[in-house]
Amino acid sequence: MPAVQETVERVKRIDVDQYRYGFETLIDTEKAPKGLSEEIVKFISQKKNEPAWMLQWRLEAYRRWLTMTEPTWARVDYPKIDFQDLYYYAAPKPKKTVNSLDEIDPEILKTYEKLGIPLREVAMLEGVEPKVGEDDPSRRKIAVDAVFDSVSVATTFKAELKKAGVIFMPISEAIREHPELVQKYLGSVVPTSDNFYATLNSAVFSDGSFVYVPPGVRCPMELSTYFRINERNTGQFERTLIIADKGSYVSYLEGCTAPQRDENQLHAAVVELVALDDAEIKYSTVQNWYPGNSEGKGGIYNFVTKRGDCRGHHSKISWTQVETGSAITWKYPSCILRGDNSRGEFYSIAISNGFQQVDSGTKMIHLGKNTSSRIISKGIAAGKSQNTYRGLVTAHRKATGARNFTACDSLLIGDKCGAHTVPYIEAKNSSATFEHEATTSKISEDVLFYCVQRGLSQEEAVGLVVNGFVKDVLQQLPMEFAVEAQKLISISLEGSVG
Amino acid sequence: MNVAVVKTGGGRAVSDLFASAEGRLPGSPGVAAVRREAFETYERLGLPHRRIEEWKYTDLRALVGEVLPLAVSPDAAAMKRAAEAVKTHAIAGARKLVLVDGVFAADLSDVKALASEVSLMTLRETLDKDAGLLKTESTDAVIALNAAMATDGVVLSIADGAHLSAPIQVIHVATASSASSFSRSQLVVGKGVRATIVESFIAAGAKAYQVNDAVIVTVGDGADLAHIRLMDDAPDAVNVTSHFVTVGANVKLNFFNMTTGAAVSRLQGFIRLAGEGSELSANGVNLLQKTEHGDTTLVVDHAVPNCVSRETFRAVIDDRAHSVFQGRIIVRPDAQKTDGKMMTRALLLSDEAEADNKPELEIFADDVSCGHGATAGALDESLLFYLKARGLPEKQAQALLIQAFVGEAIEQIADDQLREHVIGIAERWLERRS
Repeated sequence: MPAVQETVERVKRIDVDQYRYGFETLIDTEKAPKGLSEEIVKFISQKKNEPAWMLQWRLEAYRRWLTMTEPTWARVDYPKIDFQDLYYYAAPKPKKTVNSLDEIDPEILKTYEKLGIPLREVAMLEGVEPKVGEDDPSRRKIAVDAVFDSVSVATTFKAELKKAGVIFMPISEAIREHPELVQKYLGSVVPTSDNFYATLNSAVFSDGSFVYVPPGVRCPMELSTYFRINERNTGQFERTLIIADKGSYVSYLEGCTAPQRDENQLHAAVVELVALDDAEIKYSTVQNWYPGNSEGKGGIYNFVTKRGDCRGHHSKISWTQVETGSAITWKYPSCILRGDNSRGEFYSIAISNGFQQVDSGTKMIHLGKNTSSRIISKGIAAGKSQNTYRGLVTAHRKATGARNFTACDSLLIGDKCGAHTVPYIEAKNSSATFEHEATTSKISEDVLFYCVQRGLSQEEAVGLVVNGFVKDVLQQLPMEFAVEAQKLISISLEGSVG
Repeated sequence: MNVAVVKTGGGRAVSDLFASAEGRLPGSPGVAAVRREAFETYERLGLPHRRIEEWKYTDLRALVGEVLPLAVSPDAAAMKRAAEAVKTHAIAGARKLVLVDGVFAADLSDVKALASEVSLMTLRETLDKDAGLLKTESTDAVIALNAAMATDGVVLSIADGAHLSAPIQVIHVATASSASSFSRSQLVVGKGVRATIVESFIAAGAKAYQVNDAVIVTVGDGADLAHIRLMDDAPDAVNVTSHFVTVGANVKLNFFNMTTGAAVSRLQGFIRLAGEGSELSANGVNLLQKTEHGDTTLVVDHAVPNCVSRETFRAVIDDRAHSVFQGRIIVRPDAQKTDGKMMTRALLLSDEAEADNKPELEIFADDVSCGHGATAGALDESLLFYLKARGLPEKQAQALLIQAFVGEAIEQIADDQLREHVIGIAERWLERRS
C-alpha cells in the first residue's frame, strides 16, 4: 500500500530543507591545529588538565586506531573521510572557569535559547505544559549539560542533584574529580579497541556527560545533554558514561543539532551505560543533526557507538531514539544482557529524507539466564534516502530462557528511496525463544483483537500497540521537537512494507 | 585453503587441484581458457569464509578446509553400486537421468523414455562447441570453482506447450570416497510448459566426498514448473549447490528443497522474477543432527511489477547441528505491486543446537507489500504435555509435533505424489532419530 496523504505531509514538514536549527553562532573559538597526531591527543588532554593515566589511555587508543581500517559493511556510501583535514578540538573563548551562568558568552546562551534549551534553572521547559492537577512541579525539572563543540558550557541543577547523591557533570570534570569511578567504568562497555570510530573517540574525545547514581537512588529529575556542533570543519567526539548503581534509576535524554553548512562534518560519539543489580537506565535520543540540503550537500556524518551493559541481575536498559537528522547515520545502540533476569529494550523511529542514509539498529546479546529483550523499530524513508534496519539478536549457550521479540516496520514514501531490513538472529540455546516479525498484522494478535473488539479500527489498534510505550518517553523530551516527533510516530501504519 | 601451487608450462601458477584435473576436463581450447580464468578467480578469492557477508554463517574455510581432488571415472563395481542406489531412490514413474560422480551415465538413465518434447544433451557435448554454460554473472568463489572444474551435467530443454505426464528425476550418485565432483546442468522450460523436475543427491558407498553443483534454469512465459531438490548425501559429505533461476511472465514456480544429509551443505538459490504476473513459492526443510551444518540461502529478486513470492522455511536441529537460513527479498525500483512474504522457523531439539536466521528485505519501490517473520525456539512444552497426558511416549509425542512443524513447509509442494514422497523422507528421519 502506498503511504496515506496525511503521512506524506507530516514527513514533508520535516524534510531536509525545513531544517530549523541550521543557524550559526558567531563567537571566538580556540582550536587545536588541524589534523590528528600524538601531539593533538596530548594537546586535548592538557587542555582538560587530565591526569597522566588518562593521557596514557588516550595515547594507547590513538596508537591502536592507527592500525585500524574504516568499516565498510554498512549500507552507506560517502567519499572517503580525510581524518587529517579536521579540527579535533574547538572551544568557545575565553577558556576560564565559569562559576555562574552570567559568565557564559551571551551568544551561546542565545543559541540555546533559540534551540529551546533552558540553561537557567527553570522548572518548566519551553512548550511543556504543566499537567492539570500536578501538585509537584519539581517532578518536571530537567537538568541540562550543554556541550558546545568540544566543551561543556553549562550544567544545571548540579547542586540539587548533589543533594540526592547523583553526580552529573561534564566527563572532563569527572576525570579530575571522580577518577576512581571513571577509571573503573570508562571503556568497560566499549573498549578502546572496539571499532574504528570508538577507538578514534577514545583518543580524542573532548567532553560529554558523566552520570553516577548511587545505590537505591531514584534520580530526582530527568538528566539531559544537549550537543551542538558550531565550528566549521570540526569533528565532535563526545563521550558519555552513565552508571546506575544497585537499585537505582535514571532517565537521560540527549539532543543534537548543528548549523547548515556545505561541507560534511564528523560526529563520532561513544556512549557507555552500566546498570548494576536491579538498576534501570532509560536513555533517549533525539538526533537532529543537520542532514544536508535537498541536493545532498553537507550534513553530519554520524558514526556513533552506543552500548549498555546490564551487568547486574534484574537490571534494565532501555534505548529510545528518534532519528531525523544527519547525512549518514551509523548507529547501533546495544544491550549486553549479562546479569540474570536482565532486560534490554530498543525503540527506534528513523526518518530519512533528501539524500540521507541511515544504517541503524541494535544488538541484543543474551548472556545471562532468563534475559529478555524487545526491539521495536520503525523506519520511514522519503525523498532519495536509504533507510536500513540492521539488528542482531543472539542467545549464547548459557542464556537459558532467553526471550526476544522484534518488530521492524518500514514505510517508503516515493519511489526514489529504499528501505531495507537486515536482521541477524542467532539461537545457540534451545530454551531461547526468538520472535521476529516485520508485518504489522502480526503484532500480538491477542492485543489487537482486544482493541478491535472494543471498537478501535485495526489501524488504530496497531498504532496503539506500537506507539503506546514510546509515547511517555517522547513526552519528556526537552525540545520543542518532541511535539513534532510525537506526531511522526502516530503516523498511520498503512503502507508498511515490513 | 591449503593447495600446493605448481608452475605449469605456461609459466602461470595454478594449484595442484586444477593442474591435476585439467587434462580430464572436457571442452574445446576456448573452453579451457574460460576454465583457467575461472580457476584464477577462485584462487584469488579462496574458499568463502565468515568475513564474506554472504557466507557469514557458513565458513567453508573452517568447515571444509580444502577442496578434494577431482574424482576418477567410476569402475564397473562402482557403477554397479550406483545402479543399486539409484533403484532405491528412484521415484515411481519418473524418467531418471543419472550422474555418477558428476559424469552423465547413459546406461543408468531413461534417455529413450523421455517425452518427445524433451531434448537432452550433456554438458560435455555442449562444451565441444562453446563455453556459454560455464559463464554466470556471479562473483562467488564456489561458483567460479564450479565453472573451472565442471565435468558434466544434463542440458534439458522442454519445448513450448509441452505437458509432461511423468516427472524427470536427475539423480547425482557419489561412488568415489575422498574425492570431489563438479556438475553443472541447464534446464530451459518453454512457454506454457507443465513439468516436474526432481533432483536427488545420494551416496553409493562413498565416504567423505564433496559435491559442487550448479543449475541454470530459465522458465518461459506461462509455464507451471515444480522443482524439487532432495539432498541426502552421505553424513560425512560436503554439498554446495548454486541455482540460478530466471522466471518469465505469468509463471507458477513451485520450488522445494529438503536437506537430510551431508556434514556440511549449502543450497544457494538466486531466483529472478523477470516477467510480470508470476507466482513463486520457494520452500524448504532442513533436518539436521549430530554435527551437521545445513545452510539454505535464497535470494528472490523482484525485477518487475506484479509478482508474488512466498517462502516457507523450517529447520529441525538436533544434537550439535547448526542450521542457517538466509533469505533476501529484493524489490527493484520498478517492481510496484510486489507481494513478497518470507517465514522461517527453527526448532531446537538440543541445548547444543544452533539456528542462525537472516531474513533480509531490500526494497526500492513504495507500493509493495513485503514481510518476513523468523522464530527460533524449542518444542512447546504444553503441547508435549497434552500429548503425553494422552498416553503417547515422549519420543512419539515429539515426532508428532516435529512432523506438524515441518509439514507447514512440505505441504507447499503442489504435486501429491512428491509431497507424499517428501513426507516419507521426513518420517524416516524421525524414525532414525528415535
